[in-house]
Amino acid sequence: MKVTVDTAVCADHGQCIFSAPQVFEFAEDGKLVWEPSPDESLRASVEEAADVCPVQAIRIAD
Amino acid sequence: MASQIVVVGGSLGGLRAAEQLRVNGWSGALTVVGAEAHLPYNRPPLSKNVLVSPDISALTAAELVDYPGVALRRRAQVEDVSFVLDTQVASAALSDRSLLTVDGRELAYDGLVIATGLRPRRLPIAGFDRHRHALRTLDDAIALRGQLTPGTAVVVVGGGFIGCEVAASACRLGCQVTVVEPFAAPMLRPLGAELARTVQTFHEDKGVSFRLGRSVSTLAGRASDPATLGAVVLDDGTELEADVLVEAVGSNPNVEWLAGNGLDLSDGVLCDNMMRVEARENVVAVGDVARFPNPRFGSTPRRVEHWCIPADTAHRAATTLIRGLSTAENGDRDPAPFAPLPSFWSDQFDVRIQGFGRTEHADRIEVLEGGFAPGWVSEGVVVGYFRQSTMTGVVIAGGTPAQRLRHKTLLEGVG
Repeated sequence: MKVTVDTAVCADHGQCIFSAPQVFEFAEDGKLVWEPSPDESLRASVEEAADVCPVQAIRIAD
Repeated sequence: MASQIVVVGGSLGGLRAAEQLRVNGWSGALTVVGAEAHLPYNRPPLSKNVLVSPDISALTAAELVDYPGVALRRRAQVEDVSFVLDTQVASAALSDRSLLTVDGRELAYDGLVIATGLRPRRLPIAGFDRHRHALRTLDDAIALRGQLTPGTAVVVVGGGFIGCEVAASACRLGCQVTVVEPFAAPMLRPLGAELARTVQTFHEDKGVSFRLGRSVSTLAGRASDPATLGAVVLDDGTELEADVLVEAVGSNPNVEWLAGNGLDLSDGVLCDNMMRVEARENVVAVGDVARFPNPRFGSTPRRVEHWCIPADTAHRAATTLIRGLSTAENGDRDPAPFAPLPSFWSDQFDVRIQGFGRTEHADRIEVLEGGFAPGWVSEGVVVGYFRQSTMTGVVIAGGTPAQRLRHKTLLEGVG
């Protein structure tokens, strides 16, 4: 599974961090960072994170 | 005949319901009926980027539906879902499990998802339609966008979140903007007096004017052209110059199509905590049309008009409906209570107002961090809302994303 975030669209809502804390977090500088190839066992929570992103900036590819 | 679920409503709630039905194992036929001509899209940008962003000012509605931020991601599982667009359901016969569309088509269903959302209320005043706007759909936003040219006098009626977002957008486009609001401050009910006035001052510093404690009594045409809107007349007789009027005075649930089935449609569709509609095993509702009890805040069913609610309720409604349609004995245990944490945000100019929990009807409001002194936009001000000494909600205005998230976790255990 490959995760990408359109950083041009990301508005730092951080909802993804609640849905998939193992994959998304705010770095020290306040910018969103993410694990680009999370383990398959996290798929449900990453899908959920993509659903709840208010600007729909998260893409998941197999 | 193979089983079929019909989802009535083609916006965020309808899409998320269809996705969750598939994710939770519904393999039968699945149809989403949408009144708009577009596939489901994301509404929050309509009051902001779609109005102000110069890069997309020339895009048509069909192009905007795919534009980043406006486009809604669709899960792969809904590829085989049939989206019937530009189609309104006129009536439903729940006892016969059938729907009738406005253009006379009959749709039979085994399971029904009600996801018809809301439509904007309008002022009870006739005339001047060409320069009067409400904002709910992409087409609404495009019509409004075309009239927000520099120097245009814009009156926004209703100082809630949407009214204030539109006011900020129009101001950024160089319009002269006045907000007319019957309460003593904009966003008074969700924010409380002190924060509401602070945000009002922030708007005023950018050039937005407010007429508070006032309502609109009539509209008037231009002296040179009486058929074209020229002024808004307030209840105290004040005339405000107006080339464009935006009506942001709340919404009504789209439930007329459900009339005649004995349902309580007094404020949306009454549901139980499973999102079941009045104990019917095969009918559920999702999104802001659904009135459901949230045990976090007692037993009173309420409609919730937040962006996260369609997804939250779709999860719950999908599992409920699949269980209701299942003929297998699956030990119909009540699952854990459904108690979503409300979460809302509003971006106005360059400030974000982020709220978690329930902030209305607080008996005490307290500043938890920062303050209302100038500088709150960058420093952030955190306000707690209490009822009978329990914190029920928190709002963070300005500040940083990490600061806003930290406060959500404070509330997770509440209720």
